[in-house]
Amino acid sequence: MTVKLGVPSKGRLMEKTFEWFGARGVTLGRAGTEREYAGLVEGVEGVELILLSAGEIPRELAAGRIHLGVTGTDLVREKLSGWNARLEMLTEMGFGQADLVIAVPNAWVDVGTLDDLDAVAAAFRAAHGFRLRIATKYHRLVRDFLRENGVADYALVDSQGATEGTVKNESAEAVADITSSGDTLRANHLKILEDGLILRSQATLFRARKAALDDAGRAAMAALLRRLRVD
Amino acid sequence: MIPRAAITAEAARLRGLFEQAGAAPVETAILQPAATLLDLYGEDIRARTYTATDALRGEQMLRPDFTVPVVQMHMENGAEPARYTYSGEVFRRQDDDAERANEYIQVGYEVFQRTDPAQADAEVFALMHRILAPLGLRAATGDIGILTAAVAGLRTTERRKAALLRHIWRPRRFRALIERFAGRAPVPPSRAALLDAADPMADAGPLIGLRSRAEIAARIEVLREDAAAPPISETEVDLIDAILDVRETSVHALGRLRDIAVDMPAILRAVDLLGDRLDALAGRGIDAESLPFEAAYGRTQMEYYDGFVFGFTAEARPDLPPVASGGRYDALTRRLGQGREIPAVGGVIRPGLVLKLEAGT
Repeated sequence: MTVKLGVPSKGRLMEKTFEWFGARGVTLGRAGTEREYAGLVEGVEGVELILLSAGEIPRELAAGRIHLGVTGTDLVREKLSGWNARLEMLTEMGFGQADLVIAVPNAWVDVGTLDDLDAVAAAFRAAHGFRLRIATKYHRLVRDFLRENGVADYALVDSQGATEGTVKNESAEAVADITSSGDTLRANHLKILEDGLILRSQATLFRARKAALDDAGRAAMAALLRRLRVD
Repeated sequence: MIPRAAITAEAARLRGLFEQAGAAPVETAILQPAATLLDLYGEDIRARTYTATDALRGEQMLRPDFTVPVVQMHMENGAEPARYTYSGEVFRRQDDDAERANEYIQVGYEVFQRTDPAQADAEVFALMHRILAPLGLRAATGDIGILTAAVAGLRTTERRKAALLRHIWRPRRFRALIERFAGRAPVPPSRAALLDAADPMADAGPLIGLRSRAEIAARIEVLREDAAAPPISETEVDLIDAILDVRETSVHALGRLRDIAVDMPAILRAVDLLGDRLDALAGRGIDAESLPFEAAYGRTQMEYYDGFVFGFTAEARPDLPPVASGGRYDALTRRLGQGREIPAVGGVIRPGLVLKLEAGT
């Protein structure tokens, strides 16, 4: 039985992951052409590389269909309830840093904190007849955060991409999105609330707690983790 | 596991008892329009309910309780006074705790009556108390109306009172607002800079989104007024805290609240109502003297209760949720009544939990 390692299938996250493993003597790569989603592993025995969308890795880990996976803590916490019971965090990998934050138009000079956002949400609802809309793809994390902080009278609207543009397009009044430098937010005339940091995330290697392995698989897992120096 | 058929039979028995008490049986749809529930509870309701979607009606929710549809039904075509009973499944989304039921049967009893709220409160509580007596449950009671009256009576601006009343059911935000309005919390630097700025919009950059320049200006004006308003006094903050701390037998709680009312006459009417309710309960054979009372009870529950609140729990089974709960929800009828309102109080029993306790499992 081989150890199945799930890695994001494209972009910078894939390249950085390959580099991270490479620096530890485990060569990961795509098999065949650029378009083929099969992977190859060299430098360690009994490990199979599975290339997946980063967003699907938490679910595959929780279901035990892969044994190890690289994904962001943001995605794990958004997609899995009680993630701690299902996944073990092995190591943070030092790249893919991003903060999930709440941002509002820069022109809202009267809004600096969640306290302000809550007051403005009440006034906005009275003035416009609907609740202040916050665009995000992190519904659970944002809702839990706002509930804990006692913000009311808002509505979440789903945005799976180009979230920073939703305010200008008037499909939302504020956003809750991932940012690394804040540049995209600034370019879109948005500012982060002073106490609007929901979560710090980075690429992280997780192990599925429930994925079954036979003796050979366990030996391969132990050898891999030794090589990665995370055992 | 209690067989489903047994729970259904117990639900029918309970509903029969409520019918004997004078309630008319009613039924409601399982799928409820999401817009109504979202309007009432905000986005938080999504964490507690299952949402279903189709292209024609948009979002609908599997009913999380019966109160909202029963109130709507009564406001549309109900005669007064009215008593209703119902039984059926409610659905609660559970993302974190696999032990909690996501579907269970509730049997309810609701009273819509303009006169004598103390008697109506006592009627609902005493009925549940009598039905549940064999289980030896612990009753808890409270009254959100006392805290509400205290806030409404504060010597401060109407805006501050409105902000506090909006967050009565969110203790943490309520506390933060009290601290700020009492001048105990430091002013955030961004707020101080804004209030000092000659032209607050100088560095605003382009205005994007639906919230207008006029709305921003209006809020700055509100913040300036608030900064100029004197803080809520230490005395009044202490009195609010004293009310929130009341947690004893009803007769002692009543005495304590009467003492507080000497310094805070705004709560007198609400405290008198508590006294009347205890008399009404005693008249129905409840030992009101020893009945526990907590002024903060029910504050973190569903935010439609705005007066008397109660719950019955099994003391030996802290793992189980309340077997029965309920309260007064006058404000809900106002919000759903489109201009009309009627005082209302009600409660529900969970037959599945009744059987579980009887079976000792």
